Amino acid sequence: MSTASPGRPALPRATGPRIALLAGLLLLWAAVYASLLPAAEWIVRQLPLDAEAPPGRALAFFLYDTPKVLLLLTLVVFAMGVVRSFFSPERTRALLAGRREGVGNVAAAGLGIVTPFCSCSAVPLFIGFVSAGVPLGVTFSFLIAAPMVNEVALGLLFALLGWQVALAYLGFGLMLAIVAGAVIGRLKLEDWLEPWVRDLRVAPAAVEAPTLTLADRIDAGREAVVDIVGRVWPWVIAGIAVGAFIHGWVPETLLAAIMGRDAWWSVPAAVALGIPMYSNAAGIVPVVEALLGKGAALGTTLAFMMSVIALSAPELVILRKVLTVRLIAVFVGVVGLGILAVGYLFNALFG
Amino acid sequence: MKDVKVLGPGCKRCTATAEMVQQEADRLGIAVAVEKVTDMAAIAGFGIAATPGIVIDGKVVHAGGLPKPEDVARWLAA
Repeated sequence: MSTASPGRPALPRATGPRIALLAGLLLLWAAVYASLLPAAEWIVRQLPLDAEAPPGRALAFFLYDTPKVLLLLTLVVFAMGVVRSFFSPERTRALLAGRREGVGNVAAAGLGIVTPFCSCSAVPLFIGFVSAGVPLGVTFSFLIAAPMVNEVALGLLFALLGWQVALAYLGFGLMLAIVAGAVIGRLKLEDWLEPWVRDLRVAPAAVEAPTLTLADRIDAGREAVVDIVGRVWPWVIAGIAVGAFIHGWVPETLLAAIMGRDAWWSVPAAVALGIPMYSNAAGIVPVVEALLGKGAALGTTLAFMMSVIALSAPELVILRKVLTVRLIAVFVGVVGLGILAVGYLFNALFG
Repeated sequence: MKDVKVLGPGCKRCTATAEMVQQEADRLGIAVAVEKVTDMAAIAGFGIAATPGIVIDGKVVHAGGLPKPEDVARWLAA
Protein backbone atom coordinates (compact mmCIF):
# COMPACT_ATOMS: atom_id res chain seq x y z
CA MET A 1 0.00 0.00 0.00
CA SER A 2 1.52 3.27 -1.02
CA THR A 3 -1.11 5.42 0.61
CA ALA A 4 -0.94 6.14 4.32
CA SER A 5 -3.40 4.21 6.43
CA PRO A 6 -6.38 6.16 7.76
CA GLY A 7 -5.65 8.22 10.83
CA ARG A 8 -1.95 8.41 10.02
CA PRO A 9 -0.70 11.51 8.22
CA ALA A 10 1.31 10.99 5.04
CA LEU A 11 5.02 11.11 5.83
CA PRO A 12 7.22 13.76 4.32
CA ARG A 13 9.47 12.55 1.53
CA ALA A 14 12.69 13.97 2.97
CA THR A 15 15.36 11.65 4.38
CA GLY A 16 16.35 13.57 7.54
CA PRO A 17 12.92 13.71 9.18
CA ARG A 18 12.39 10.04 8.30
CA ILE A 19 15.55 8.92 10.08
CA ALA A 20 14.63 11.03 13.11
CA LEU A 21 11.13 9.56 13.13
CA LEU A 22 12.53 6.05 12.74
CA ALA A 23 14.92 6.55 15.67
CA GLY A 24 12.04 7.90 17.78
CA LEU A 25 9.85 4.91 16.88
CA LEU A 26 12.67 2.49 17.74
CA LEU A 27 13.07 4.10 21.19
CA LEU A 28 9.31 3.92 21.73
CA TRP A 29 9.38 0.30 20.57
CA ALA A 30 12.09 -0.57 23.10
CA ALA A 31 10.22 1.20 25.92
CA VAL A 32 6.95 -0.59 25.15
CA TYR A 33 8.72 -3.93 24.79
CA ALA A 34 10.45 -3.57 28.17
CA SER A 35 7.17 -2.86 29.94
CA LEU A 36 5.17 -5.75 28.45
CA LEU A 37 5.79 -8.34 31.14
CA PRO A 38 5.08 -6.05 34.14
CA ALA A 39 1.96 -4.75 32.37
CA ALA A 40 0.62 -8.24 31.65
CA GLU A 41 1.27 -9.36 35.24
CA TRP A 42 -0.38 -6.24 36.59
CA ILE A 43 -3.53 -6.80 34.51
CA VAL A 44 -3.82 -10.43 35.62
CA ARG A 45 -3.41 -9.36 39.28
CA GLN A 46 -6.31 -6.91 38.92
CA LEU A 47 -8.64 -9.72 37.85
CA PRO A 48 -10.31 -12.12 40.27
CA LEU A 49 -8.28 -15.04 38.87
CA ASP A 50 -5.82 -17.40 40.45
CA ALA A 51 -2.58 -16.70 38.55
CA GLU A 52 -1.52 -20.33 39.01
CA ALA A 53 -4.81 -21.92 37.85
CA PRO A 54 -5.36 -22.71 34.14
CA PRO A 55 -7.48 -19.60 33.29
CA GLY A 56 -4.94 -17.29 34.93
CA ARG A 57 -2.00 -19.01 33.24
CA ALA A 58 -3.69 -18.92 29.84
CA LEU A 59 -4.65 -15.27 30.16
CA ALA A 60 -1.17 -14.22 31.33
CA PHE A 61 0.34 -16.05 28.37
CA PHE A 62 -2.07 -14.43 25.92
CA LEU A 63 -1.66 -10.91 27.34
CA TYR A 64 2.13 -11.08 27.31
CA ASP A 65 2.74 -12.98 24.08
CA THR A 66 0.33 -11.18 21.75
CA PRO A 67 1.96 -7.72 21.98
CA LYS A 68 5.44 -9.23 22.26
CA VAL A 69 5.06 -11.28 19.08
CA LEU A 70 3.45 -8.42 17.17
CA LEU A 71 6.24 -6.02 18.22
CA LEU A 72 9.05 -8.38 17.23
CA LEU A 73 7.27 -9.30 14.01
CA THR A 74 6.94 -5.62 13.11
CA LEU A 75 10.66 -5.09 13.64
CA VAL A 76 11.69 -8.11 11.53
CA VAL A 77 9.23 -7.30 8.74
CA PHE A 78 10.45 -3.71 8.61
CA ALA A 79 14.09 -4.80 8.35
CA MET A 80 13.25 -7.32 5.63
CA GLY A 81 11.21 -4.71 3.76
CA VAL A 82 14.26 -2.45 3.64
CA VAL A 83 16.57 -5.31 2.57
CA ARG A 84 14.13 -6.41 -0.14
CA SER A 85 14.09 -2.95 -1.68
CA PHE A 86 17.58 -3.81 -2.95
CA PHE A 87 16.28 -6.82 -4.91
CA SER A 88 13.66 -7.52 -7.55
CA PRO A 89 12.58 -10.74 -9.28
CA GLU A 90 13.94 -9.36 -12.58
CA ARG A 91 17.34 -8.69 -11.07
CA THR A 92 17.44 -12.08 -9.38
CA ARG A 93 16.55 -13.71 -12.68
CA ALA A 94 19.40 -11.89 -14.41
CA LEU A 95 21.76 -13.06 -11.66
CA LEU A 96 20.65 -16.68 -12.01
CA ALA A 97 20.28 -17.01 -15.79
CA GLY A 98 22.83 -19.44 -17.21
CA ARG A 99 24.23 -20.37 -13.79
CA ARG A 100 25.62 -23.84 -13.34
CA GLU A 101 23.84 -26.27 -11.07
CA GLY A 102 25.46 -26.24 -7.65
CA VAL A 103 26.58 -22.63 -7.36
CA GLY A 104 23.28 -21.70 -8.96
CA ASN A 105 21.28 -23.66 -6.37
CA VAL A 106 23.09 -21.97 -3.48
CA ALA A 107 22.61 -18.51 -5.03
CA ALA A 108 18.95 -19.21 -5.82
CA ALA A 109 18.14 -20.36 -2.28
CA GLY A 110 19.86 -17.30 -0.79
CA LEU A 111 18.18 -14.92 -3.24
CA GLY A 112 14.86 -16.65 -2.49
CA ILE A 113 14.96 -15.17 1.01
CA VAL A 114 15.67 -11.56 0.03
CA THR A 115 13.75 -11.24 -3.25
CA PRO A 116 10.22 -9.88 -2.90
CA PHE A 117 7.91 -12.83 -3.55
CA CYS A 118 4.21 -13.43 -3.35
CA SER A 119 2.74 -16.85 -3.96
CA CYS A 120 0.20 -15.34 -6.37
CA SER A 121 3.08 -14.58 -8.74
CA ALA A 122 4.74 -18.00 -8.39
CA VAL A 123 3.64 -19.06 -11.87
CA PRO A 124 4.79 -15.99 -13.83
CA LEU A 125 8.02 -16.14 -11.86
CA PHE A 126 8.52 -19.81 -12.66
CA ILE A 127 7.89 -19.23 -16.37
CA GLY A 128 9.96 -16.07 -16.35
CA PHE A 129 12.92 -17.90 -14.82
CA VAL A 130 12.77 -21.04 -16.96
CA SER A 131 12.16 -19.20 -20.24
CA ALA A 132 15.11 -16.88 -19.55
CA GLY A 133 17.49 -19.82 -19.22
CA VAL A 134 17.59 -20.36 -15.44
CA PRO A 135 18.08 -24.16 -15.04
CA LEU A 136 15.04 -26.04 -13.72
CA GLY A 137 16.77 -27.24 -10.54
CA VAL A 138 17.99 -23.71 -9.78
CA THR A 139 14.46 -22.36 -10.30
CA PHE A 140 13.16 -24.94 -7.82
CA SER A 141 15.77 -23.97 -5.23
CA PHE A 142 14.37 -20.45 -5.46
CA LEU A 143 10.74 -21.58 -5.36
CA ILE A 144 11.32 -23.75 -2.27
CA ALA A 145 13.30 -21.17 -0.29
CA ALA A 146 11.16 -18.12 -1.12
CA PRO A 147 7.92 -19.12 0.62
CA MET A 148 9.46 -21.31 3.34
CA VAL A 149 12.17 -19.03 4.72
CA ASN A 150 10.13 -15.86 5.05
CA GLU A 151 10.24 -12.95 7.47
CA VAL A 152 7.01 -13.94 9.21
CA ALA A 153 8.28 -17.44 10.03
CA LEU A 154 11.69 -16.17 11.12
CA GLY A 155 10.23 -13.28 13.11
CA LEU A 156 7.80 -15.50 14.99
CA LEU A 157 10.33 -18.25 15.68
CA PHE A 158 12.70 -15.58 16.99
CA ALA A 159 9.96 -14.05 19.15
CA LEU A 160 8.63 -17.29 20.62
CA LEU A 161 11.46 -19.83 20.50
CA GLY A 162 14.64 -17.75 20.49
CA TRP A 163 17.26 -16.83 17.94
CA GLN A 164 18.93 -20.25 17.98
CA VAL A 165 15.80 -21.93 16.66
CA ALA A 166 15.19 -19.13 14.12
CA LEU A 167 18.77 -19.43 12.88
CA ALA A 168 18.53 -23.22 12.71
CA TYR A 169 15.28 -22.93 10.74
CA LEU A 170 16.98 -20.50 8.36
CA GLY A 171 19.97 -22.81 7.92
CA PHE A 172 17.97 -26.00 7.44
CA GLY A 173 15.48 -24.23 5.16
CA LEU A 174 18.34 -23.03 2.92
CA MET A 175 19.94 -26.47 2.94
CA LEU A 176 16.64 -28.11 2.02
CA ALA A 177 16.10 -25.68 -0.87
CA ILE A 178 19.65 -26.18 -2.16
CA VAL A 179 19.64 -29.98 -1.93
CA ALA A 180 16.08 -30.50 -3.21
CA GLY A 181 16.73 -28.15 -6.16
CA ALA A 182 20.01 -29.87 -6.96
CA VAL A 183 18.33 -33.30 -6.87
CA ILE A 184 15.50 -32.13 -9.15
CA GLY A 185 18.09 -30.59 -11.50
CA ARG A 186 20.11 -33.82 -11.57
CA LEU A 187 17.03 -35.82 -12.53
CA LYS A 188 16.79 -33.85 -15.83
CA LEU A 189 13.05 -33.42 -15.75
CA GLU A 190 12.77 -30.59 -18.29
CA ASP A 191 10.60 -32.86 -20.45
CA TRP A 192 8.04 -33.04 -17.66
CA LEU A 193 7.19 -29.36 -17.85
CA GLU A 194 3.94 -28.50 -19.59
CA PRO A 195 4.93 -28.36 -23.30
CA TRP A 196 3.99 -24.70 -23.79
CA VAL A 197 6.30 -23.72 -20.94
CA ARG A 198 9.18 -25.81 -22.27
CA ASP A 199 8.93 -24.28 -25.74
CA LEU A 200 8.59 -20.72 -24.53
CA ARG A 201 11.68 -18.61 -25.13
CA VAL A 202 11.24 -14.95 -24.43
CA ALA A 203 13.68 -12.13 -24.02
CA PRO A 204 13.41 -10.65 -20.52
CA ALA A 205 11.62 -7.30 -20.57
CA ALA A 206 13.82 -4.27 -20.06
CA VAL A 207 11.96 -2.56 -17.24
CA GLU A 208 13.44 0.68 -15.97
CA ALA A 209 15.10 0.05 -12.62
CA PRO A 210 13.68 2.58 -10.20
CA THR A 211 16.35 4.61 -8.45
CA LEU A 212 15.62 4.42 -4.75
CA THR A 213 16.84 6.85 -2.13
CA LEU A 214 17.32 5.96 1.53
CA ALA A 215 13.95 7.62 2.19
CA ASP A 216 12.34 5.31 -0.41
CA ARG A 217 13.85 2.28 1.27
CA ILE A 218 12.57 3.35 4.70
CA ASP A 219 9.18 3.78 3.00
CA ALA A 220 9.50 0.26 1.58
CA GLY A 221 10.03 -1.06 5.11
CA ARG A 222 6.99 0.85 6.35
CA GLU A 223 4.87 -0.42 3.47
CA ALA A 224 5.99 -3.99 4.23
CA VAL A 225 4.85 -3.53 7.85
CA VAL A 226 1.47 -2.09 6.81
CA ASP A 227 0.98 -4.83 4.22
CA ILE A 228 2.32 -7.93 5.99
CA VAL A 229 1.61 -7.19 9.66
CA GLY A 230 -1.75 -5.76 8.54
CA ARG A 231 -2.50 -9.08 6.85
CA VAL A 232 -1.23 -11.60 9.41
CA TRP A 233 -2.17 -10.06 12.76
CA PRO A 234 -5.50 -11.92 13.01
CA TRP A 235 -3.60 -15.19 12.41
CA VAL A 236 -1.08 -14.28 15.10
CA ILE A 237 -3.84 -13.56 17.62
CA ALA A 238 -5.77 -16.72 16.68
CA GLY A 239 -2.58 -18.77 16.93
CA ILE A 240 -1.71 -17.33 20.33
CA ALA A 241 -5.27 -17.88 21.56
CA VAL A 242 -5.01 -21.57 20.62
CA GLY A 243 -1.54 -21.62 22.18
CA ALA A 244 -2.91 -20.03 25.38
CA PHE A 245 -5.62 -22.68 25.54
CA ILE A 246 -3.01 -25.43 25.18
CA HIS A 247 -0.84 -23.79 27.87
CA GLY A 248 -3.71 -23.55 30.29
CA TRP A 249 -5.62 -26.80 29.83
CA VAL A 250 -3.69 -29.48 27.98
CA PRO A 251 -1.94 -31.80 30.48
CA GLU A 252 1.87 -31.58 30.52
CA THR A 253 2.64 -35.05 29.20
CA LEU A 254 -0.29 -35.65 26.84
CA LEU A 255 1.71 -35.02 23.70
CA ALA A 256 4.96 -36.69 24.73
CA ALA A 257 3.71 -40.07 23.56
CA ILE A 258 2.37 -38.92 20.16
CA MET A 259 4.66 -36.01 19.31
CA GLY A 260 7.70 -36.74 21.48
CA ARG A 261 11.11 -37.58 20.09
CA ASP A 262 10.84 -41.23 20.99
CA ALA A 263 7.88 -41.62 18.63
CA TRP A 264 9.90 -41.98 15.42
CA TRP A 265 6.81 -42.23 13.21
CA SER A 266 5.53 -38.85 14.36
CA VAL A 267 7.83 -36.96 11.94
CA PRO A 268 6.42 -38.55 8.74
CA ALA A 269 2.93 -38.26 10.22
CA ALA A 270 3.50 -34.52 10.84
CA VAL A 271 4.69 -34.01 7.23
CA ALA A 272 1.73 -35.90 5.76
CA LEU A 273 -0.70 -34.01 7.98
CA GLY A 274 0.81 -30.68 6.93
CA ILE A 275 0.30 -30.99 3.16
CA PRO A 276 -3.49 -30.56 2.97
CA MET A 277 -3.44 -27.90 5.68
CA TYR A 278 -3.24 -24.34 4.62
CA SER A 279 -2.14 -21.78 7.13
CA ASN A 280 0.80 -19.49 7.38
CA ALA A 281 3.66 -19.19 9.80
CA ALA A 282 1.77 -16.54 11.75
CA GLY A 283 -0.92 -18.99 12.83
CA ILE A 284 1.31 -22.04 13.22
CA VAL A 285 4.30 -20.86 15.26
CA PRO A 286 2.38 -19.90 18.45
CA VAL A 287 0.70 -23.32 18.40
CA VAL A 288 4.09 -24.97 17.86
CA GLU A 289 5.48 -23.08 20.85
CA ALA A 290 2.63 -24.25 23.08
CA LEU A 291 2.90 -27.87 21.88
CA LEU A 292 6.60 -27.86 22.78
CA GLY A 293 5.71 -27.07 26.39
CA LYS A 294 3.57 -30.20 26.46
CA GLY A 295 6.23 -32.67 25.45
CA ALA A 296 6.16 -32.42 21.65
CA ALA A 297 9.60 -32.64 20.04
CA LEU A 298 10.97 -29.54 18.26
CA GLY A 299 11.91 -31.37 15.04
CA THR A 300 8.48 -32.96 14.76
CA THR A 301 6.64 -29.68 15.21
CA LEU A 302 8.97 -27.80 12.84
CA ALA A 303 8.58 -30.53 10.20
CA PHE A 304 4.84 -30.01 10.52
CA MET A 305 5.28 -26.27 10.10
CA MET A 306 7.59 -26.59 7.07
CA SER A 307 5.17 -29.02 5.47
CA VAL A 308 2.22 -26.69 5.99
CA ILE A 309 4.12 -23.75 4.48
CA ALA A 310 6.25 -25.32 1.72
CA LEU A 311 3.90 -28.06 0.52
CA SER A 312 0.49 -26.47 0.61
CA ALA A 313 -2.23 -27.96 -1.57
CA PRO A 314 -3.37 -24.58 -2.99
CA GLU A 315 0.16 -23.79 -4.16
CA LEU A 316 0.43 -27.19 -5.83
CA VAL A 317 -2.81 -26.45 -7.68
CA ILE A 318 -1.32 -23.16 -8.91
CA LEU A 319 1.90 -24.90 -10.02
CA ARG A 320 -0.15 -27.50 -11.91
CA LYS A 321 -0.58 -24.83 -14.60
CA VAL A 322 3.08 -25.15 -15.55
CA LEU A 323 4.16 -28.56 -14.22
CA THR A 324 2.89 -31.98 -15.20
CA VAL A 325 1.44 -34.17 -12.46
CA ARG A 326 4.58 -36.35 -12.58
CA LEU A 327 6.84 -33.34 -11.95
CA ILE A 328 4.62 -32.17 -9.08
CA ALA A 329 4.85 -35.66 -7.56
CA VAL A 330 8.66 -35.52 -7.78
CA PHE A 331 8.64 -32.03 -6.23
CA VAL A 332 6.44 -33.15 -3.32
CA GLY A 333 8.51 -36.32 -2.87
CA VAL A 334 11.89 -34.59 -2.83
CA VAL A 335 10.80 -31.70 -0.60
CA GLY A 336 8.86 -34.07 1.70
CA LEU A 337 11.92 -36.28 2.16
CA GLY A 338 14.00 -33.18 2.86
CA ILE A 339 11.56 -32.01 5.53
CA LEU A 340 11.66 -35.49 7.09
CA ALA A 341 15.44 -35.27 7.29
CA VAL A 342 15.23 -31.79 8.83
CA GLY A 343 12.69 -33.06 11.39
CA TYR A 344 14.91 -35.93 12.52
CA LEU A 345 18.00 -33.66 12.58
CA PHE A 346 16.24 -31.05 14.73
CA ASN A 347 15.05 -33.74 17.12
CA ALA A 348 18.61 -35.03 17.42
CA LEU A 349 20.17 -31.56 17.87
CA PHE A 350 17.66 -29.90 20.19
CA GLY A 351 16.45 -32.99 22.07
CA MET B 1 -5.95 6.51 -27.18
CA LYS B 2 -3.25 4.72 -25.22
CA ASP B 3 -3.41 0.96 -25.09
CA VAL B 4 -2.68 -0.21 -21.53
CA LYS B 5 -2.41 -3.85 -20.51
CA VAL B 6 -2.33 -4.86 -16.85
CA LEU B 7 -0.67 -8.27 -16.55
CA GLY B 8 -1.65 -10.51 -13.66
CA PRO B 9 -3.51 -13.71 -12.80
CA GLY B 10 -6.27 -11.77 -11.04
CA CYS B 11 -4.89 -11.25 -7.57
CA LYS B 12 -5.93 -8.30 -5.41
CA ARG B 13 -2.89 -6.23 -6.34
CA CYS B 14 -3.56 -6.70 -10.04
CA THR B 15 -7.10 -5.38 -9.70
CA ALA B 16 -5.85 -2.48 -7.60
CA THR B 17 -3.20 -1.70 -10.24
CA ALA B 18 -5.77 -1.67 -13.06
CA GLU B 19 -7.99 0.67 -11.03
CA MET B 20 -5.02 2.94 -10.31
CA VAL B 21 -4.14 3.18 -14.01
CA GLN B 22 -7.73 4.12 -14.89
CA GLN B 23 -7.88 6.69 -12.07
CA GLU B 24 -4.60 8.36 -12.99
CA ALA B 25 -5.59 8.45 -16.66
CA ASP B 26 -8.93 10.06 -15.79
CA ARG B 27 -7.19 12.58 -13.54
CA LEU B 28 -4.74 13.52 -16.29
CA GLY B 29 -7.43 13.52 -18.96
CA ILE B 30 -5.63 10.86 -21.02
CA ALA B 31 -7.82 8.50 -23.03
CA VAL B 32 -6.86 4.89 -22.28
CA ALA B 33 -8.15 1.44 -23.04
CA VAL B 34 -7.24 -0.73 -20.04
CA GLU B 35 -7.18 -4.44 -20.67
CA LYS B 36 -6.47 -7.09 -18.03
CA VAL B 37 -4.30 -9.94 -19.27
CA THR B 38 -4.78 -13.00 -17.08
CA ASP B 39 -3.57 -15.81 -19.35
CA MET B 40 -0.27 -17.17 -18.03
CA ALA B 41 1.26 -17.82 -21.44
CA ALA B 42 0.39 -14.29 -22.56
CA ILE B 43 1.82 -12.79 -19.36
CA ALA B 44 5.01 -14.82 -19.70
CA GLY B 45 5.31 -13.68 -23.33
CA PHE B 46 6.02 -10.15 -22.13
CA GLY B 47 9.15 -11.36 -20.37
CA ILE B 48 8.26 -10.30 -16.84
CA ALA B 49 8.92 -12.43 -13.75
CA ALA B 50 6.58 -10.79 -11.26
CA THR B 51 3.03 -9.53 -11.39
CA PRO B 52 1.26 -7.19 -11.64
CA GLY B 53 2.91 -5.80 -14.75
CA ILE B 54 1.95 -2.76 -16.82
CA VAL B 55 2.40 -2.52 -20.58
CA ILE B 56 1.72 0.81 -22.29
CA ASP B 57 1.52 0.82 -26.07
CA GLY B 58 3.46 -2.44 -26.23
CA LYS B 59 6.25 -1.39 -23.85
CA VAL B 60 6.67 -3.01 -20.42
CA VAL B 61 6.99 -0.17 -17.89
CA HIS B 62 6.44 -2.01 -14.61
CA ALA B 63 6.74 -5.50 -13.18
CA GLY B 64 6.07 -6.69 -9.63
CA GLY B 65 4.15 -5.08 -6.80
CA LEU B 66 1.75 -2.22 -6.55
CA PRO B 67 3.19 0.78 -8.41
CA LYS B 68 3.23 4.30 -6.98
CA PRO B 69 0.44 6.54 -8.39
CA GLU B 70 2.98 9.23 -9.34
CA ASP B 71 4.95 6.67 -11.38
CA VAL B 72 1.79 5.54 -13.15
CA ALA B 73 1.05 9.17 -14.01
CA ARG B 74 4.59 9.59 -15.36
CA TRP B 75 4.34 6.47 -17.55
CA LEU B 76 0.95 7.53 -18.89
CA ALA B 77 2.16 11.04 -19.69
CA ALA B 78 5.33 9.85 -21.41
